[in-house]
Amino acid sequence: MRIKLSVNGGEHALDMEPRTTLLDALRDHLKLTGAHAGCEHGVCGACTVLLDGVAVRSCLIFAPQAEGSAITTIEGVTPGPGELSPIQDVFCETHGMQCGYCTPAMILTAHALLAGNPEPTRDDIVEAISGNICRCTGYAQIVEAIALAAERMRGANRPMELRK
Amino acid sequence: MSESHFRYVASNRRVREDRRFVAGKGQYVADIDLPETRHVALVTCPHAAARIKSIDKRAALKMPGVHYILDGAELAAATVPLMTGLDTPNVPRRPLALEIARYSGEWVAAVVADTRALAEDAAEEVNVDYEPLPFVLDAEQALEKASPLVHEAHGSNVLLDKTFVWGEVDKDFAEAPHKLKLRVKWGRSATVPIETFGVVASWDPWRDMLDVWASIQMPRFPDQVGAALKLPVSSVRLHHDVDVGGSYGVKRGIKHTVLCGYLARRLGFPVRLIEDRLENMRGGDAHGPERLFDVEVAYDDNGIVRSMKMRALENVGAYAGRSPFQLGKPIGSIVGPYKIKSVQYRAVAVVTNKTTQEAVRGFGQGPTNVALERMMDEVAHALGLDPLEVRRRNLIRAEEFPYTIPSGTAYDSGDYETVIAKVLADTPYEALKKQRDALRAQGQLAGIGIAACLEPSGGNASFEALLNPKITTSTFMDSCRINVDGAGTITATMHTTSSGQGHETLVGTVIGEVLQVDPELVRVMRPDSLTSLPSGTPVGSRMAIMLGGAAFHAAQKLKTKLTTIAAHDLGIPFDRAVYEQGYVYDRNAPQNRRTWADLVTIAHRNMHRMPPGFEPGLAETHIYPVPNGGKLPTADGRVQMYPCFSFEFHLVLLVIDPDLGLPRILRYRLGHDCGTQINPKIVRGMTMGGIAHGIGAALFEEFAYNDEGQLIAQSFMDYLLPSAHEVPAVKIIDHETPSPLTVLGQKGSGESGYLGAPAAMANAINDALRPLGISLNTLPLKVSKLGDMIADAHAKAGK
Repeated sequence: MRIKLSVNGGEHALDMEPRTTLLDALRDHLKLTGAHAGCEHGVCGACTVLLDGVAVRSCLIFAPQAEGSAITTIEGVTPGPGELSPIQDVFCETHGMQCGYCTPAMILTAHALLAGNPEPTRDDIVEAISGNICRCTGYAQIVEAIALAAERMRGANRPMELRK
Repeated sequence: MSESHFRYVASNRRVREDRRFVAGKGQYVADIDLPETRHVALVTCPHAAARIKSIDKRAALKMPGVHYILDGAELAAATVPLMTGLDTPNVPRRPLALEIARYSGEWVAAVVADTRALAEDAAEEVNVDYEPLPFVLDAEQALEKASPLVHEAHGSNVLLDKTFVWGEVDKDFAEAPHKLKLRVKWGRSATVPIETFGVVASWDPWRDMLDVWASIQMPRFPDQVGAALKLPVSSVRLHHDVDVGGSYGVKRGIKHTVLCGYLARRLGFPVRLIEDRLENMRGGDAHGPERLFDVEVAYDDNGIVRSMKMRALENVGAYAGRSPFQLGKPIGSIVGPYKIKSVQYRAVAVVTNKTTQEAVRGFGQGPTNVALERMMDEVAHALGLDPLEVRRRNLIRAEEFPYTIPSGTAYDSGDYETVIAKVLADTPYEALKKQRDALRAQGQLAGIGIAACLEPSGGNASFEALLNPKITTSTFMDSCRINVDGAGTITATMHTTSSGQGHETLVGTVIGEVLQVDPELVRVMRPDSLTSLPSGTPVGSRMAIMLGGAAFHAAQKLKTKLTTIAAHDLGIPFDRAVYEQGYVYDRNAPQNRRTWADLVTIAHRNMHRMPPGFEPGLAETHIYPVPNGGKLPTADGRVQMYPCFSFEFHLVLLVIDPDLGLPRILRYRLGHDCGTQINPKIVRGMTMGGIAHGIGAALFEEFAYNDEGQLIAQSFMDYLLPSAHEVPAVKIIDHETPSPLTVLGQKGSGESGYLGAPAAMANAINDALRPLGISLNTLPLKVSKLGDMIADAHAKAGK
């Protein structure tokens, strides 16, 4: 079937089997390989993308179901070639990853959290990322990255004289 | 070596690999996109054991997009069985079952189609006629004479049964006033990376070349693939620039690669197999040790443990690759951090009708540490002594290093007492006990868990020769090459894949340190296997020591060459020339100097200014052998297993919900000493990840089977991985006892946290259960089991 997907601000008309998951559509049809398959049954969260700003598991959604929604992948939050968003930068600052496989999904989950909650507590952060399994880090440096991102992003929106 | 000695090492620098990962630009095997690639899906056996009577491919071959269906008979005729560690020729292991399938989930046929989805559709239409056979699942049952044989031709289910006696065990037991026996079981768990295993293989008949991109962490991978496919190793080109999405030991991938390599040659187009999670959990390289320990110790009135007898019975599953060697590695630290004088160790490995086991983080050390640390707690309890005090009485003391344990391994360095003292300075033990007792007084099940454990690191795999006398390997090495090009920029190479350990950062940091240049200026590349130097791959917590050592020495050679060229050009003796931050000056006249650019010009373009007889260019290579290695085991089974020994001291306070059985960790402190930390961010991440993994192995994770031999943990809803909710905040207290054997004083930390967390959790839970008069020594200490035991105990007490 022919479907239209709106991804990272661009419109794409694609031919695919109706049973194609959004994850496979992004990876195989649009070559957006930052979304990763982990379990393909909705537990590990490595395939997380944003659907109208909400973090969802792209392995549990058929691509046709995503028609009409704005889809954001990790490629869509990267400001430009070689440039990092503030959230991507703090993950590097704290080393909130090792193998990098769950990382794009973690960062998108952080984007979704911080968009709605600019001052998250540790518990808020833990709750937000509890659907994203990381097997490398034990989460400590990920939690620290998101807390640091929140702090920096709050600071960035404040007049210079009020920043600490 | 003081910290101020370093310029870049041990400073809080970023990890260079992270930039590509945060942008989703890692290159994992599933991202390799060759034209004309076809996809594999697997047909698997639904029985614990069955004879394959026939395979009807007709319906499947008519399905859309299907190219080929490969069965075990065709593959076996064209290949030789996979390499095994032990000398067990009648237990052949092949990618696809031949005549008999020996576990539920074993691969029986492979379907090749245009897409993975079409291959899966067709796999369901392959009709296999099976005759179910008797099977055995339990390791102790597998030992019984009446049990079915997993491999008839082998004549028994025992792959290995070897007893070592180091020291006067009988005498020490006879003389000791107290003895104690303990049985501990480590459940079948593993590392379960979030990326499953994957491989892409492509055959070029005009160059006789098999190109392989694979998600691996495997020593001698091209050798094994070449041997199985009957190809010269120089016809197997493994691409090392594939990012591996986690491994921690398990990503071996030989059978996957032999299968896809054969198909790519047979069919003439690239073939890829990316496991789905079910294929991974049932028949991939997914399972780890399942080990039963019977421990007996002899000790005196003061709790000094004089001697130990340990039998370890390992259920390796249906076939064996390297996995039985996991009984061998713990021999190198069989007494942990303690001064136990004599040891009897019996290592038994049996085959059963379960999924084949692979290597897991620690290579058998994690389970062994649980047995040792549970034993220490039980000795303390039997004497009415405090478990921390008993450990302190048994610890090797700082002034006793290097310390040789009964099995022949010398520990390089350590200061266990100081690490413990630092943790207790942060969290006073008496106060922690008061907190526990106060919780108990409120009716809660509260417990303190201690574990004092070693992480052997450096990876000279001497267990191979110890457990298989036909193996005479005593060389274990890693390599680095540095080239300064004609424009003066620096490129270094490493020669293996990485799965998140930050090896590019390691190489850059070490070379930057030696050459006194910004590590960011050092480009680090990974040539393919045919243009690589030898590497033992990132196993055995070895790369900081081994790749770090190779990079250090290659950079030292380069520095010496630069200094020699400058001295010659300045017309001064070598020992008057001083290298500093890339230039060289005359000690007696510092204004006389040659810059980096001058030296590059001389080496690359001014042969007339080079010292006579010198090679032009600036390329240096170093192949670094394991420090304190190079020896075979002695006739009485003593061996230097690994060079360096990191120490970790865990201190945990938890409460168990009496209704649910759910443990809740209130405090977690870790004292950690891995010598010099080349990159502290990486060490901390590895350690925290290890603790999380250890908590999983202690409480949640198990590849459980039902009585019919079906794996019942087939998804992440059954095999439970710790989420951010299950991993507590942990305070890590570092101490640094440099290793005298390594270039920067570093030791390994790739297994840190994991090697002690399960033991600490098991001790904490047993401490919490002790007031009820119950004990549980079977890991995982599942919530459901704890809940039932607590309810039973309360019922018996009439509560």
